[in-house]
Amino acid sequence: MLRFAIRRIVWAVPTLILVTFLVYIALRLGTDPLQSYLRTNPRATRVKIAQYKAVNGLSSNYVLGYFHWLKNFVTFNWPRSIKGSREVWPALKDSLVNTIRLGSLATFLGVIIGLLVGMFAALKPGSRRDVTVSTAAFLGISIPPYITAVLFQLLFAVYWSRWFGSTLFPTSGVYPPGHTGFDLFLMLKHMALPTIVVSIQIVAVYSRYMRSSLLDVLNSDFMRTARSKGISERQILFKHGVRNALIPVVTIAALDIGSIIGGLIISENIFDYPGMGVYFLSAFATGDFPLLMPWMVLVVASTLLFNLVADVSYAFLDPRIRLG
Amino acid sequence: MNELVLSIRDLRVTFETPLGPLEAVRGVDLDVHAGEMMGVVGESGSGKSVTFLAAMGLLPHQAKVSGSVMLNGQEMLGASNKVLRNMRGGLMSMIFQDPLSALNPVHRIGDQIVEMLKAHQPKMSDKDAAKRAVELLDIVGIPQAAERAHQYPHEFSGGMRQRVVIAIAIANNPKVLIADEPTTALDVTVQAQILEVIERVQKSFGTAVVLITHDLGVIARVADRVNVMYAGRNVEKGGIDSLFDHPSHPYTRGLLASLPHEGVERLTPITGFPPNMLIPPPGCGFAPRCSHSTDACSVSLPPLRTFGDLESACIRAEELVVKARLS
Amino acid sequence: MAEFATISPKRMALRRFLSHKAAVGSCVLLAIMVLAVILSPITTRYGVNEQVRKPPNTFLPPQKLAWFGTDEIGRDMYSRLIYGIRVSLVIGLFTALISTLVGCVVGAVAGFRGGRFDDVVMRVTDLFLAFPFLVALLVIRNTIGSIGWLTAIIGDKSSARFVVFLLSIFGWMGVARIVRGQILALKEREFIEAARAVGATRRYIVRTHLLPNSIGPIMVALSFAVVGAITAESTLAFFGYGPQAGDGATSLGILVGAAKGAVQSGYWWIAVFPCFSLVLISLAINFIGDALRDATDPRLDRGES
Repeated sequence: MLRFAIRRIVWAVPTLILVTFLVYIALRLGTDPLQSYLRTNPRATRVKIAQYKAVNGLSSNYVLGYFHWLKNFVTFNWPRSIKGSREVWPALKDSLVNTIRLGSLATFLGVIIGLLVGMFAALKPGSRRDVTVSTAAFLGISIPPYITAVLFQLLFAVYWSRWFGSTLFPTSGVYPPGHTGFDLFLMLKHMALPTIVVSIQIVAVYSRYMRSSLLDVLNSDFMRTARSKGISERQILFKHGVRNALIPVVTIAALDIGSIIGGLIISENIFDYPGMGVYFLSAFATGDFPLLMPWMVLVVASTLLFNLVADVSYAFLDPRIRLG
Repeated sequence: MNELVLSIRDLRVTFETPLGPLEAVRGVDLDVHAGEMMGVVGESGSGKSVTFLAAMGLLPHQAKVSGSVMLNGQEMLGASNKVLRNMRGGLMSMIFQDPLSALNPVHRIGDQIVEMLKAHQPKMSDKDAAKRAVELLDIVGIPQAAERAHQYPHEFSGGMRQRVVIAIAIANNPKVLIADEPTTALDVTVQAQILEVIERVQKSFGTAVVLITHDLGVIARVADRVNVMYAGRNVEKGGIDSLFDHPSHPYTRGLLASLPHEGVERLTPITGFPPNMLIPPPGCGFAPRCSHSTDACSVSLPPLRTFGDLESACIRAEELVVKARLS
Repeated sequence: MAEFATISPKRMALRRFLSHKAAVGSCVLLAIMVLAVILSPITTRYGVNEQVRKPPNTFLPPQKLAWFGTDEIGRDMYSRLIYGIRVSLVIGLFTALISTLVGCVVGAVAGFRGGRFDDVVMRVTDLFLAFPFLVALLVIRNTIGSIGWLTAIIGDKSSARFVVFLLSIFGWMGVARIVRGQILALKEREFIEAARAVGATRRYIVRTHLLPNSIGPIMVALSFAVVGAITAESTLAFFGYGPQAGDGATSLGILVGAAKGAVQSGYWWIAVFPCFSLVLISLAINFIGDALRDATDPRLDRGES
């Protein structure tokens, strides 16, 4: 299996290069970095413009330009933002950290609750609790996340304070404006709403996956064999049932997690949470090529990484894939 | 004959289906003696599998089971979960038709046997259990048992898998082994091998075996006594030689007649179809297809009556036996 | 003597579908909506850009004059909702149809032929689907939007046709995977082997055996494609990147997008009615898709043994 993983990692490097190349082309075509630069810096001198083109690899030949950019990127000679020449890495790092905080908390909670709920429902299919769970999950996936986000914002920001005179959960940012330093409690308070909104979707999706996967497994023949062995119900459920049901679910989870880094855009935007999503939206709106490319590389790399994790975990969990 | 290990009396199983109640088993009586090989023959839908699934307590909740199932003198129907779990895999084991789907694909073979051992002999150490598992694989004829115990089910062929299933089932030396169509999913050549393994187990461990099948040829080879089922009931029971020599129920005669044998150019099937158990026929289930049926046959269920060492549920059994002897 | 009733698989599937009350209700609901949309000259009370009366007419709460209230320019929300639903439904339907068509072809070829083509398709769709959706959507939107000859054919970035094209690019992948999976499962079945044994050509096998047996999953994929498209369109519009034809034309997404600002100011009707409609449509199609999936699940055709 190690060989399998190594082979995939080796493939990942050219894939990364290829995809970032495509992204490079897409951004150059789509956001017109030169125009954006000129728009934001109308009084830029010709020297500065040439500098900008050079350091960003914006020559007229796309392939050459890409390699130029790549060279600068891997030597950490990163161009600065078109707006006020800010350094890219600090802003990117902060966004990354924020998104990882939010993403991992929400995913962790969401997946665990979702799996448990799905198990709970699958054990008594057709019962009242199963119907309740299934319907709730259904609602969860049918309501687009931005609607729940707006709803929550409405509830907690506008009406709660109207009714109770103070805000329970703040609805924007990581800390109140002007706050410095690290305060866990305050941070959690600010993260509460976006976490809940993101988790709702995750719980809904994973409870359905788990429920259907577990139901499939519970109806298979080897469950009957397990029962005919006279082992305890708990062993039957976990060692045989859940163990097999988890296989497809874990694979999907690994892929999902990979997209977290760029995938919280909606909630971040609505709750003004300064993560990767907000970073992207504002950089994209202004066509800030120097800000966008590193972001893209991060996201593509994480996607590829979690693709790999998904494949490896699938092979790890299912010996038929490993050896078959 | 030896002592009774399994005794089923008036077993009835009804399934609640969306289309109404389905009576799969309608009053089955059955005795299995220690160390004997009992064959249970019947078509699909005759209730032969359901009978024993009910005896093991493996039917889903929607099934209503009534009657009595005495295993080693203890009543199984309605017994507590603890008793049932003790019984399953300990006193009575069951093996099923499709060995691939019967084994958990993500556990190693050796571990699956060990699980069975530890469930009923919890004091056994891991090392001993592993050793015993390899021994069992040896007994059922798996070559290189020690290495193969570390493999997964998909790495075995169909016949090998079924041997593994048998090894699991006999791990705790059960008194009764129920084999539900163990050879149906296998090649003909492999069938003989598996039957041989089952027979060997029966003889060396003194395990009583219930061999459920629709294939009379299989029964002829290994069974001591036979139980013929049709439409959820026994229609004929007895020693295998008597049954094959002078069958006393038209269904059994039909089954035997439809077997290919020497000198026969055309096969004689039994015409018609088994009844729809959602609307069970009032009288003998076989009457519509029986060439000897009279009106009296469809009035009420004929009881099992004894002739010598056979029991038959046909009201015209005497005439038929006489006819058979004459022809 | 009871006979065995024979029901064709299609009727069995229909019967199973009809037993899902939620799905049946959803069909009725959608039928009513579609009817209301088709008959929009009759069902709407004002034009899409028409003010209900002379000012003051902005932000009126629901009343007899405007059943769902008015927006910031004094237009009737009720009528605009119907127009908006029409646009979104059309976009959703066309996107789904194109996605399903392309997805079926690609999926069938990939599943049937296997080999390098299959590998490549799977890898590409894997990566695409794992990539954050909205980001990919926005980037590709801009990229395609700047390719001159392409926009000449399908329209400008803010046209509905463009949105259909854009969403189809993402939509076909999910369908392809489903179809491929189904073909793979069917390929090994004995009736295919039998067909090959009597000399059927590959195209014949695909056309007469594989595809008809895949209708179930294809229909399921289609319904989820519709929901996906409608949701994606509304998400785009929420962020201001959706279809923006002139003369006040609107889509469900645009209407929902206005909800964000309205909520803070207390104009609840601007948020509630569009959001409610969107959720309702989404739920309804999801119910139908779910019921279709249950109804056409081949495993359920196993009888009582």
